[in-house]
Amino acid sequence: MLSTRALGLAPTLKQAAFSPARNHVLRNVIRSSITKRSIQTQSLKPEDGTTILNKQRLQRPSSPHFTIYEPQLTWVGSIFNRITGVGLSFLLYGFSLAYLVAPGTFDSTHVIEFVGGLPDAVKYAGKFILALPFTFHSFNGIRHLLWDSGKFLTVKGAYSSGYAVLGATAISTIVLMFQ
Amino acid sequence: MSVLRPAIRRLAKASIVDARSFTTSASRLQAEPLQKPALNKEFKIYRWNPDEPAKKPTLQSYRIDLNQTGPMVLDALIKIKNEMDPTLTFRRSCREGICGSCAMNINGQNTLACLCRIDRDTSKDSKIYPLPHMYIVKDLVPDLTQFYKQYKSIQPYLQNDNPPEKGEFLQSQEERRKLDGLYECILCACCSTSCPSYWWNQDEYLGPATLMQAYRWIADSRDSNGAKRKEYLQNELSMYRCHTIFNCSRTCPKGLNPAAAIAKIKLELAAD
Repeated sequence: MLSTRALGLAPTLKQAAFSPARNHVLRNVIRSSITKRSIQTQSLKPEDGTTILNKQRLQRPSSPHFTIYEPQLTWVGSIFNRITGVGLSFLLYGFSLAYLVAPGTFDSTHVIEFVGGLPDAVKYAGKFILALPFTFHSFNGIRHLLWDSGKFLTVKGAYSSGYAVLGATAISTIVLMFQ
Repeated sequence: MSVLRPAIRRLAKASIVDARSFTTSASRLQAEPLQKPALNKEFKIYRWNPDEPAKKPTLQSYRIDLNQTGPMVLDALIKIKNEMDPTLTFRRSCREGICGSCAMNINGQNTLACLCRIDRDTSKDSKIYPLPHMYIVKDLVPDLTQFYKQYKSIQPYLQNDNPPEKGEFLQSQEERRKLDGLYECILCACCSTSCPSYWWNQDEYLGPATLMQAYRWIADSRDSNGAKRKEYLQNELSMYRCHTIFNCSRTCPKGLNPAAAIAKIKLELAAD
């Protein structure tokens, strides 16, 4: 307001704003200035929205998951339960099938003879590799049975039972190794 | 001009005297505002722009002064968006953990940014990702369409063909207590997106959030559709993809226990 008064423009502007004839001119000026905008908009039909959305959906990335999630006893324990289960199954089925195919080489006497001839270090390492997944999977299986019967169904319960399984696994693995 | 000068000088003197009269002691006059030292922490934030879909998602680094920021991670995000990079995109609304909009993965754990305090240890950076294994709309905004559809599929509303003739459904205190710890869920999707089973079988496994709500209606004494609700879950994938991993309960920002709710459904289905 001050500047218009200083420039002596106030009366002119007021006239332009209030007189009907001048108003028409002013509106034209505004309209032409709008069309001169640098940003252009595009008119779309309502159904175009869906096609644009669907096109975008095809390109969306999937956010990272196990690579960024904090390793916790909960899910890391579960993964090891799965891995040890798969490994033990392979061993059981593999050995059984091998026995079926060649009963002469895979019977108990031959296996005992073969293991007896191995150096001590290999024996202990082999026992460790067999005992660890077996004990972990067994104890964790008991933990799962307890969960399925409605016990330890809290975060605290899950953690304490998880640590109990780890402890029992460690002790029984060592016992089995040196038996 | 020269006539005015003494008058101005008198005015100035008067104003100084006025200013003095407000101060009570010399020490107050000399006191300086407490300047906290800058405590710069690095935030690494997941970025992806749908306008440049060919560009792979990246982590963008921002350094902000924690002494000029609010205590929560959401405050830091808002500060970055306001002062450094207005293109940073995330959902937020209530800033007090009741709307569930700002669910994201902060330092490897799913939580609400508004309930998660900033770790003031500046030697470590803070990594912020969107909810894991979800399609990304932009930056920290995941597409939750599937999540909401799954919630809708369990018909999360009271169903009873025989409403009471007069007045309301009545419940005993014990019956009402069964719903505690279930109804408080805000559907922020933290639990579902923390579940490895949900990562691998999102298309068919309903996920902990939806299953807990399914149990919320099964457990409700006023609902008479329990048998059908259970039947809906009686298949290999809808619920039995739950392997009691407990990531859901571990991460829930509201302290709820979806794993226990799913275990209870399993028990009820086993007794059927």
